[in-house]
Amino acid sequence: MNTHAMSASALEADVAAGCFHCGLPLGGASRFTVFVNGAERDMCCAGCAAVAETIVAAGLADYYRHRSAPGNRPEDSMPQWMRDLESFDLEAVQHSFVQRGDAGARRAELLLEGVNCPACVWLVEQRLKRLPGVNEVSVNYATQRVRIGWSDAELRLSSILRTVANVGLRAHPFDAAHRTALRQKDKRRRLFELALAALGMMQVMMYAVPVYLSDAGDIAPEFEQLMRWASLILTLPVVLVSARSFFFGAWRDLAHRRIGMDVPIALAIAGAFVASVWATVAGRGEVYFDSLTMFVFLLLGARYLEAESRARAVAAIERLSHPLPAAAACVPRYPDSKETRTMATAALVPGNMVLVDSGSAIPADGTIMEGTSEVNEALLSGEARPVPKRAGDTVVGGTLNVGSPLFVRISRVGADTVLSHIVRLADRALGEKPRFAQMADRIAGSFSLAVLILAAITALAWLSAGSELWFRNAISVLVVTCPCALSLATPAALAAATGRLSGIGLLATRGHVLETFARITDVVFDKTGTLTQNEMRVARVVPLGNLRAETILLLAAELELGSGHPLARALTGAANDAPGMLAVRATMLMHSAGEGVEGEINGERLRIGTATFVGALVGKPLAQSAIPEHSHSQVLLGQSGEWLARIDLDDAPRPDARAALDALRAAGARIHVLSGDVPAAVHAIARELGINEADNVQARATPQRKLEYVEALQRKGCVVAMVGDGINDAPVLAKAALSIAMGGGTDLARANADMVLLSGRLTALADGLGVARATRRVIGQNIAWAIGYNAIAVPLAMMGWISPWVAALGMSASSLLVVGNAARLHRGGGKG
Amino acid sequence: MEALFLLIPLSVVAVLALVVLLWWAITTGQFDDCEGPAHQILMDDDTPQRAEQLPPRHKDI
Repeated sequence: MNTHAMSASALEADVAAGCFHCGLPLGGASRFTVFVNGAERDMCCAGCAAVAETIVAAGLADYYRHRSAPGNRPEDSMPQWMRDLESFDLEAVQHSFVQRGDAGARRAELLLEGVNCPACVWLVEQRLKRLPGVNEVSVNYATQRVRIGWSDAELRLSSILRTVANVGLRAHPFDAAHRTALRQKDKRRRLFELALAALGMMQVMMYAVPVYLSDAGDIAPEFEQLMRWASLILTLPVVLVSARSFFFGAWRDLAHRRIGMDVPIALAIAGAFVASVWATVAGRGEVYFDSLTMFVFLLLGARYLEAESRARAVAAIERLSHPLPAAAACVPRYPDSKETRTMATAALVPGNMVLVDSGSAIPADGTIMEGTSEVNEALLSGEARPVPKRAGDTVVGGTLNVGSPLFVRISRVGADTVLSHIVRLADRALGEKPRFAQMADRIAGSFSLAVLILAAITALAWLSAGSELWFRNAISVLVVTCPCALSLATPAALAAATGRLSGIGLLATRGHVLETFARITDVVFDKTGTLTQNEMRVARVVPLGNLRAETILLLAAELELGSGHPLARALTGAANDAPGMLAVRATMLMHSAGEGVEGEINGERLRIGTATFVGALVGKPLAQSAIPEHSHSQVLLGQSGEWLARIDLDDAPRPDARAALDALRAAGARIHVLSGDVPAAVHAIARELGINEADNVQARATPQRKLEYVEALQRKGCVVAMVGDGINDAPVLAKAALSIAMGGGTDLARANADMVLLSGRLTALADGLGVARATRRVIGQNIAWAIGYNAIAVPLAMMGWISPWVAALGMSASSLLVVGNAARLHRGGGKG
Repeated sequence: MEALFLLIPLSVVAVLALVVLLWWAITTGQFDDCEGPAHQILMDDDTPQRAEQLPPRHKDI
């Protein structure tokens, strides 16, 4: 904005010596010139040159002549958007939203304003792709965002923005606050257009009903004429204001030499209106004001519902990018003083200590240093129940502290946080257009063309038959056809389903997820770790000497106290549950990494750990019978001269694993478990989870075996979803049609899967499968309906059996039906 | 019957007045949130204040 203030004052000083466009002094020899009003003009920068070129190309070169008149500053006569564009080329302006890569590579996210239909999105995509220097474009209909990558050497950002502007839309750098304001403006506009059409329709109906109900001649001609004029006055705003988006849409399509669904609609509205006005003025012929207002109202109603439905889906996704607080309470001298100082969240660096009060959101990822509380991680899991957290636990930025105050040491900030990874993955998924949508786009285009041709044929056929009804019937054909299942309902269904998925803690990171998920026949659990909690628990204590099991546990826990090993956690956990207390403390603790711990309890030296490590203290070999070939991980406890016990540990299944497997099976998916673990362990888990013979369990599977297994399944025609941790088994996951990673949250950055199970709740898989199938079903139903409806309605209209108002009603009912059907996906509907 | 010459134009004016009213309501944000207010009325956002007021009231008794 600074530049504008400067340019205004500079213009007053001296235009001729400076840039022809903005009046700023030229930096040395001018490198930019534009041919304006018969002369080469010097420009200070590419931005000004581009704006000047646009103005000239738009036939507005006169602007430069009038501008020199006193007091006529460029700010006053230039459209707002044109003034803004050039400033986007400034480095300082780009800084906040453009990512810079090597060798001038740039990427940015832009927000589109004025998107009415998927066709606009398609158009923008096509235009941008053709720009030289653009290497990546993906436009997301649900969020109305464009992700674009370009090379700075070949292309300026302002040119990209201008290309979008030429299509009739406006692009802004993506900014959440701006976006919210835009959305509100858009919603109000839609609502007003809808309300206006509703009022117009109601009152026009009032005038139409007496005419319909009375016999010919019952109403005096002067009253009928009066009512026609009244209808005309009320229809005028409906056509000019409420229906303008159809005209704009149609104009946009025609200007780019294509036919969209708005073209037949606009033609029908304009045709019916002009004919009715003519009939009113001439005082004879038929008027269609009632059909017209109803058509506009119902059509806008369907679009309004679709926009609302999309907004809801977007909100579910955007919820993710909002929750970070703007400021954080930093505790600079933490252990010594708990005095806090407010600082901007953006200024936090790893290592900072912050105080998170109860009810506040955690500003960045970190580790709890002090305090015990509960944290609501609904952001990640969709689970509203708070998760208990204590010192040493990690917390994720954006989650909500609902218990008592916590002191958190920040470990990751900004783009490294879990939250921003989630947002990036979700954005990527939304940016990729699923095949459903691509297909729908293509068909919708040819559909509209077919409608126009059919309407023309109808008109010609009735004309040549000498009928006066040719116009009425052609209008009916234009009005009755309904491509809404394709153009409105399919994107709405996809957006709703994506929103639902993220609501249950399943984050789609790819565009194809929904359609692939719906086709899944086999679910392969890549390792037992996906079905278990990855947390050791004590399965069995086998005394080898004459100590009781409880005592052994207490001894073992005492030795392991203070060790961070997962084993230690399991032992301490089990000892806490066991009765009794140990009166003495372990002393002289010595940890040997990978082997075990040695310590003294009550003057007795004890070792806990691997057989070799403990054996070295015991001094005699362990009886062969004491270690069966066994699955579990095990540790031994011994003292000098005596083996005391063997402790078996295993991994507890996730509490919902069984329910999840049952649900998947009930949904008709075959379950496979591939594990690198030894057979006994795998089968033990399998038994516990109720995995039966019908399922396929493979133990000791190497990554190579897993890969072959999946390939074999796919050769049999199965569509495989692979559930893994997403990190260690990347090749196998990549092989599957759909890869699902268990996202503990922290390793999200490395996870390279199509979908991430953020909640860690396995039952979400079955729910997700349900959503995906429902989506496919809903889209299928809509398309089937559209085919059936059009196949019946179009011939009837061509035969002249459908009057315009019936056509308007039929078409509108059909679009409400398909949009409503898609909206069912928001609330677990679509099962029928 | 002649009254219709007045009444029909009047009805047009009435509808146009309604349109203006609606335009005002929509642009001033009357319809921006159709769900929140219904819940707000049930929310006790005045509870903490009441807790603060309690001690003086006890004093009165």
